[in-house]
Amino acid sequence: MTDKTSGLFHRDRSWHPAALTPPYKTSIKRSPAAAPISMPSTLSEDTGPVFTRDILGPQDADLIHNFASEGQSAIGPRIIVYGRVLDETGRGVPNALVEVWQANAGGRYRHKKESYLAPLDPNFGGCGRVITDAHGNYEFRTIQPGPYPWPNGPNDWRPAHIHFSIFGASFGQRLITQMYFEDDPMIWQCPIVGTIPSREAIETLVAALDMRRTVPMDARAYKFDIVLRGVRQTMFENRMEGL
Amino acid sequence: MVQKLENLKESPSQTAGPYVHIGLTPNFSGITGVYDADLGTKMLGDAPKGERITITGRVLDGTGTPLRDALLEIWQADANGIYPGQDGADADVYGWGRCPTDMDDGTFRFETIKPGAVQNRDGTPMAPHITFWIVARGINLGLHTRMYFADETEANAADPVLKRIEHQVRVPTLMGQPQGNGTYLFDIHLQGPDETIFFDI
Repeated sequence: MTDKTSGLFHRDRSWHPAALTPPYKTSIKRSPAAAPISMPSTLSEDTGPVFTRDILGPQDADLIHNFASEGQSAIGPRIIVYGRVLDETGRGVPNALVEVWQANAGGRYRHKKESYLAPLDPNFGGCGRVITDAHGNYEFRTIQPGPYPWPNGPNDWRPAHIHFSIFGASFGQRLITQMYFEDDPMIWQCPIVGTIPSREAIETLVAALDMRRTVPMDARAYKFDIVLRGVRQTMFENRMEGL
Repeated sequence: MVQKLENLKESPSQTAGPYVHIGLTPNFSGITGVYDADLGTKMLGDAPKGERITITGRVLDGTGTPLRDALLEIWQADANGIYPGQDGADADVYGWGRCPTDMDDGTFRFETIKPGAVQNRDGTPMAPHITFWIVARGINLGLHTRMYFADETEANAADPVLKRIEHQVRVPTLMGQPQGNGTYLFDIHLQGPDETIFFDI
């Protein structure tokens, strides 16, 4: 079995957060101190699990309703989040599993280790998932999460955010990140956002309000594109059906 | 001036945070009724070929304390060294597993089969190994490592990835240690004298 691709683009580690970022205190004892060992990707990283739509339930991409009682819905500003999963060459990544999780509109997570005084919403679970179409498009509905305080510094707050977990075609493309909201002043106060070295990189995680995708009298829309690592290939190795 | 390259930048990583379970293993975190089952809990069909194994361990921080909020994913080939999706792969080996560490004692556990040797890009064999990916609160970019099998002495000695590691003294951090009954122990140390080797792939 020969490897049809020529491996993954190397990762630009200066663009990503470093492992050790002391203002985010938990990183101090959880960050490897030795340099990671560089290696070109092999079949073990160039391949990866494939997820098909038969795993999806009818409401997996509707966080407003997927935990709610019959006839009920989650409380909060209703939004649509849409965008594309792309790779570094700009190609849409089809059949990418996108899993999301978030706090409710009051900034409270449904988790046994969470103790923020804001109340749970009985109709909001906080998880959803979707698989991209042939062009890499995805879309889900949810409520806009609230900001919340967290134990780090004496008065640190997370900006409103949605966590994203994305699978590409290769296990080496695996990525977890967070989506923030346009014009939120809390973005620039947050030590976790601040682990990202440049403002330019942070801005790629800020979703844009898109009034044209709004559903009038129902939900506003935010656009959030996600870029996974690219796959190196030559003209001659290019599979005609695309990668 | 020259023409512009049209490459995009990869989205920067952010930590999975303490509530990664809500999104990736909601049933484990007590959010039931949304997904039928958590993905990645079952790695085998009814009749996979190969030796059944259990991999267990903990993820330890720089103080030696196990992480009770980490999440691991693994990816592996079948007993013949063929990855799911490739021609001839064993349909009963799914290859991918996902496991949160226990909220009390920090252990993880995967039930799978031992993979075969996988070919390196140049056609030479790599020793049997399983790719690990670890995320957690405090980990800013998911960590990639590999578990090799300590009892594969000969294959490990010839493995092209292991051979090129400068500090050979650290290679044992990549070894799953046989405990008998097909169980391998693989503790992952994020820091300290036994810090596990992580790869920049």
